[in-house]
Amino acid sequence: MKPAPFRYADPRSVPEALEVLAAEEGAKVLAGGQSLLPLLSMRLAAPATLVDLNRVPGLDAVEVTADGVRVGALVRHAGLLAHDGAARVQPLLARATANVAHPAIRNRGTTVGSIAHADPSGEMTSVLALTGGSVSVAEPSGERAVGWQDLFVGPLETSLPSVAVVTSAYFPALPPRSGTAFAEVARRRGDYAVCGAGVVVTLDEDRRVAAVRASYVSVGLTPEVHDLTDAVAGAPVEKADWAAAGALARTLVDPDGDLHASADYRRLLVGVLTERTLIEAAAEAAGGFQ
Amino acid sequence: MTVSIDTERTVRLTVNGVPREATVPVRRLLSDALRHDLGLTGTHVGCEHGVCGACTVLVDGTPVRSCLVLAVQADGAEVTTVEGLARDGGRGGQVLHPVQEAFRECHALQCGFCTPGFLVTIAAGLEARDAAEEITEEEVDDLVGGNLCRCTGYANIKKAVRHAAAAMAVSAGTAAGPPAISAETAADGAVR
Amino acid sequence: MTTKLFGEPVRRREDARLITGRGRYLDDIGAGALAAAFVRSPHAHARIVDVDVDAALDVEGLVAIYTYEDLTGPLAEPLPVLIPHPQLTAPRTGYPLANGEVNHVGEPVVMVVATDRYVAEDAAERIAVTYEELPAVVGVDAAREARACVHEEIPDNVAARHHQETGDVEPALAASPHTLSFTQYVERSAGMPLEGKGVHARWDADDRSLRVHTSTQASTSVRAAIAAKLQLPLDQVEVVAPDVGGGFGVKIVHPWPEELLVPMAAIALGREVKWTEDRREHFVSSAHERQQRQEINVGFDDDGRITALDVHVWHDHGAYTPYGIIVPIITATQLVGPYVIPVYRVVVESVYTNTVIVTPYRGAGRPQGCFAMERTMDRIADVLGLDRAVVRERNLIQPSQFPYDHHLTFQDGRPVVYDSGDYPALLEKLKVLVGWDGIDALRDDAEARGRLLGVGMALYVEGTGPGPYEGGHVQVLGSGKVLVSTGLTTQGQGHETSFAQIVASELGVPIEDVEVTTGDTRRFPYAVGTFASRAAVMSGNAIALAARGVRDKALRIAADVLEADPGDLEIADGVVQVRGTPGASIPLRTVAVLSNPLRYAFDEAAKQATQFAVQASNDRPPVTPGDAPGLEHRDYYSPIRSTFASGAHAAVVEIDPATWEIDVVNYAVVHDCGNVVNPMIVEGQVLGGVAQGVGGALYERMAYDADGQLQNASFMDFLMPYASEVPDVVIDHQQTPSPLNPLGIKGAGEAGVIPGSAALASAIEDAVGRRITSMPISPTELYDLMRSETAERTAASGRRTGVGA
Repeated sequence: MKPAPFRYADPRSVPEALEVLAAEEGAKVLAGGQSLLPLLSMRLAAPATLVDLNRVPGLDAVEVTADGVRVGALVRHAGLLAHDGAARVQPLLARATANVAHPAIRNRGTTVGSIAHADPSGEMTSVLALTGGSVSVAEPSGERAVGWQDLFVGPLETSLPSVAVVTSAYFPALPPRSGTAFAEVARRRGDYAVCGAGVVVTLDEDRRVAAVRASYVSVGLTPEVHDLTDAVAGAPVEKADWAAAGALARTLVDPDGDLHASADYRRLLVGVLTERTLIEAAAEAAGGFQ
Repeated sequence: MTVSIDTERTVRLTVNGVPREATVPVRRLLSDALRHDLGLTGTHVGCEHGVCGACTVLVDGTPVRSCLVLAVQADGAEVTTVEGLARDGGRGGQVLHPVQEAFRECHALQCGFCTPGFLVTIAAGLEARDAAEEITEEEVDDLVGGNLCRCTGYANIKKAVRHAAAAMAVSAGTAAGPPAISAETAADGAVR
Repeated sequence: MTTKLFGEPVRRREDARLITGRGRYLDDIGAGALAAAFVRSPHAHARIVDVDVDAALDVEGLVAIYTYEDLTGPLAEPLPVLIPHPQLTAPRTGYPLANGEVNHVGEPVVMVVATDRYVAEDAAERIAVTYEELPAVVGVDAAREARACVHEEIPDNVAARHHQETGDVEPALAASPHTLSFTQYVERSAGMPLEGKGVHARWDADDRSLRVHTSTQASTSVRAAIAAKLQLPLDQVEVVAPDVGGGFGVKIVHPWPEELLVPMAAIALGREVKWTEDRREHFVSSAHERQQRQEINVGFDDDGRITALDVHVWHDHGAYTPYGIIVPIITATQLVGPYVIPVYRVVVESVYTNTVIVTPYRGAGRPQGCFAMERTMDRIADVLGLDRAVVRERNLIQPSQFPYDHHLTFQDGRPVVYDSGDYPALLEKLKVLVGWDGIDALRDDAEARGRLLGVGMALYVEGTGPGPYEGGHVQVLGSGKVLVSTGLTTQGQGHETSFAQIVASELGVPIEDVEVTTGDTRRFPYAVGTFASRAAVMSGNAIALAARGVRDKALRIAADVLEADPGDLEIADGVVQVRGTPGASIPLRTVAVLSNPLRYAFDEAAKQATQFAVQASNDRPPVTPGDAPGLEHRDYYSPIRSTFASGAHAAVVEIDPATWEIDVVNYAVVHDCGNVVNPMIVEGQVLGGVAQGVGGALYERMAYDADGQLQNASFMDFLMPYASEVPDVVIDHQQTPSPLNPLGIKGAGEAGVIPGSAALASAIEDAVGRRITSMPISPTELYDLMRSETAERTAASGRRTGVGA
C-alpha cells in the first residue's frame, strides 16, 4: 500500500496552482489529503501530478459576517469546529464538523477539501446543501461562485473543470427565528455515518412552523435538501407533529444499501433522525423568542 | 513556469528538536520518511489508510496521521515522535513524559505496537488542556477515541489518561496526587 | 525485599523500551534491505493461464521477479500440513507461489524484489497475470451444498469428518422427556493484530548461514521449516521473533509462503530482503476464523437437565488445511463446557471454500462451541420457563467430581479430563457481579427511558497449556545477571516480566538482575510455540524447573565453600547464606564464578575461580563427574494433559427500539486460571479478550460476496472496536490451582474472548424477545429480525408481556 509515482508541486499562489493544473495532464489538487492519501496508497487513484495548496497564503481564513461564513480552502475541520464566531452565525458548521472522523483527521482534513471531494457520506457536503451554500472557484478566466446545486454531480464527482481550485466555501447564516440540529448514527464513533441528518426549522413571528428543511448524510448519490414543511406547516412550535415530518422524510429519500446498512434501515434512520433533530432544532428556534 | 514540479525533493524538518534532512521521492509518506529515511522506527504503521492511528505524530504540535501526510508536506515543520516525548534528564538519563509513566503504571500496553500513536496523541491533548481542571470522562474518551488497539480493550489506556492528567495536575501544583491505581501497586521489579 | 514476586502485579519490564519507541518490530529491522511485494490473485478461484512480467522489467529499482517456475526442490512442493490427523482425509495446502491454480483472493502468485516497497509495488502492478475463472465456493452453506467444488478431486468439499461420541445418542434423545433441535450460525472474523506479518532474511555467504527475523508465534518451527524447504542444515539457520505487534493466533501458522520466499531471495541475491505485510494483504492472505453452521439436537428433563446432546457442525476452513482440524476438534471437545452431558455426539465436517484459510484466532473454535452450548441452555430455559442461570446451575459439574472425564479426545491427542475448578461458585459470583436477580428493576427503568434492556450469560471451560512440551534455560553469570530463555515467543503477553517473576521467586534473586529472552532459536532451539493459552503454563513451569535446577547447583557449590549442609542454606536477594548464621554467606554471582573452574583470569571476578586461587580437593577433579561447568540449568515441562481454566461472563445490553442500536451497558467477568503469576497481566489479557469478544459479537465480520471478494478489507469497513465501542468491564477472580503442574497455573490468554457472542446473543434476545440464531448481529440486521414475520419470538417475551409466544 504505497502511492504510485506522481509529480509534485506546491505553488505559492492560486494563479500558480492553476498554471500547474493547466500544464500537467492528470493533475489533482491536494489540500488536507485525508481522503485522497488513502486512495493513493491503495492505488485506487493515481494522479500524474499533485498540486499541493498547503503553501498558498491566505486560504486559511474563516471570515464571518452577519450574512454568513466563508471558509478558506485550507481551514481544517478542527479550526472550523473551534471557531465560535462561525458557530454563532451558522451553528450547523460546528455541529456537523464535530461528527467528522476523529480529532487527528480533523486536525489535517479541510472542510473545503471534503466538499470538493463530493463524497455523499461526508458531513460538510450535506451542510453546504442544507444552508444553501456555494463554493468560490478560481479558474484561469477568473473567480466565480458555484451554488451547491450546480456543484455536486455524482458520488465523488463535481461539475468543476480540471483546471480549477476551490478557494473557499460560503455558508449563509442561519435565518432569523430558526434553529438547527445535526445527528448521526455510525457503526463506530467517528466512522462515516450509516445515516446522518441535519435540519433547519424556521418559525414565523407567531411561533408557528414556517419552514422545515433537512439534508442527509450517506443517503443518495449527491447531497439533497428536502422540504418537510408540509408535514408541520403552521403548527405552533410546541405542538408540531415532528414524527409526521420524519415520516414524510422517509418517503422522500432514496437510500442505497451497503455493507453496514440496508436501504430500508437507512430509510428507517432518516425518519428517526429527522424527528429527533427536528425536536432539538425546534426547541432552539423557540428558545430564540425568549 | 515559475513553479517547480518535482519527483524528488530534499526535505528539511526538525524532528524531536533536531534538524534533519532527507532527499526523498515526492510520494514518500511522512510515516515512511520518519521510519526509513530518518531511522526513527518508534512511529508504527498499522493500516496506511488513516484509521488505526498507530502512525500518529505531532506536526507543529498537532496530532496528525503520518501515513496521510507526504514527507514533502512536512518540509519546514517541527515533528514530534514517540522518541521525542521523554525529556533529557541530564547525565544521559531520560525523564519520561507523564503519559509514558502512566502507560507503564497502568498496564496500558501489551504488544506495544499501537502505543506510540496513543502516547503522542494523549500527550498533546493533555498538554493543551488546563491541568488544573479535573479531566472528564468525555475528554478521556476523546483522547483515546481515534486510535485502534487490539490487545488491551482500552480500559487501562483510559485509566492511564486519568492517571497522567492527575500527575500533570500535581506538577502544575494544582492537585494532591495521582489516584492510587490499586492497593498493591508495584513498580517495575519492586513491591511497595 | 525483592524475591517473592510470584503473584504480584509487577510492572512490566518490556514497557521501558516500548513506551519510548525503542521496541524492535519486524519492519524496524534491516534498514538497507531490499523489499518484497507480491502479485496476489484477484479471483477467488481460477486457473492461471499466463504470467507476463515483461512490462515490469524496465521499472528502475527492480531486482528480481519470482514465479512458481523459479521454485526448486521441496520449495516447489505444497506447503506442509502442519498437524496431520487420521480424520483429515483430504488435506490440501497451497504452494509458496501459486502453481497453476488459485483458490482464494489474495493467494500469492508472483514475488517482486526491489530497492524499496514503493518500487516493488510499481513492478508488481505491471505484471499481467491471465486467469481463467472457475466457480467460487463461498460460505459454509455453499460448501455444504457442493454445487461447485474448491479442489477438483474433492467434490463434496469435505476435508475431514471429525467425530466423537460418548454413548449412544439416538436412543438417549428418544428417551428424553423433551427435545429441541435448531440451527445457528457464527460468522468469520480475524485476529487482526495491529502489526501484520513480516519477514527479514540475511544470508551470510561466507559462513553460509541464514538469519531470519519473522513476526511469528513459533520461531523454532519456522526454523525447521525453512531448513527443510530450502535444504539447509539446521545449524545454518537461525530464526528470531523480534518484538511482535500482536498475534492472536494468526502468527502461529507457518511457514507462511513469505517465510520461505524471502529467505530464498536473500540467498539467491546475496542481499538482505524484507517483506512487511500491509493491511490489505493481511486481510486477504493471512487467516480468518469462526464461520460455522451448527445443527443441534438436545434432550432434557423437566428440570432442564440435559440427557443427550447431538451436534453436527459445518466448519468453513477456507481454501486450504495447513493447520489441520485443530479448530474443529476444539469446537467439538470444548463445546461441553462446565456441564455434565450424559451422552454426547459431535460431528464436525470441515469444508473447503474459496476464501482465506481458517486457522486459530484467539479462542480457536471455543467461542463457537460456547455459542452452541450456551444458546442451548438459553433455549432449554425458555422452553421450560426457567431462569437461565438455574438451568445452567442444574447442569454444572460439581467440585466433588474432579478430575472430571468427559471421555473425549482433546486437540493434543490427550483425554479431556478437567483437572480442577469450581463452576457453581463461578456462577454464583457472576450473578452477584452483574446483579442477575435484580435485572427486572433495571428492565423497568430502561423501559421508562424508552430503551429495551436485556441480560445474558455464558460459561466456558478452556483447555489450556497443551503439550507436548516447552523448555527453559536459566544461567547465572559472574556479574550476578541471570539469563533466562525459552523457545516460545511473545506477542505482548508480558513474558519478560512474568517469567522473570518466576525466576526471581524460585531462585531468590532481585528481578532487576533477570533478563528473559523468548523466541530466539540461538538461545533456545527446542520449543513448540505460543498458542492455546499455553506460555505461562508450559514455559512458566519449565523455567521454574530450570531455576530450581540452578538453585540446587548453587546450594551444592555454596555448601562446599561455606562448609555447610546444602539443606541449611537459603538464597535471598542474590546471596546464599546459612540459615540463621549471619555472615556465613556468599553472593550468588561468586557461586557462578566458582561453578566454572578456570585457568585464565580474564577479569577480576574470574580470578576467584582460577586454579591457584581455589582450594580444591585433590581427591576429585575440578568438575565433579556428572556435573558441568557454569551455574546454569536447562529443563523441560511436558504435561500429562491440558489443564482446564474456566470462567463466566454476563452482559447487560440496552437497545434503542427506534434505531436498533445496541449498547452494552455492563459486562461482568468471573475468571479462574488457577494460580496467577501476575494479576495485572492476567487482568489485561481478560480485558483485551473481552474487547475482541464484543467486537466479534457486534461489529466484526468478513463480508465476502458471492464471488469470493472480501468487501471490507480495510479498517474503514472491518469494524474493529475503538474505545467507544468497548464496554466497561467488571472482573471478579477465583483461583482453583491446577494439580497438574508445579506452579498450579492454568492459561489465561484466550479466556476473555470465548463467551462474548454467546452472552451478548442471550442478552439481545432477552431484550427484544426474538430468537437470535446468528452472530455477529448489527443494528441493520436486528431491524430486519424485528420486522421479520418469520422470526421466532421467545417464550420468555410472551410470558413477560402476558401474551403467549
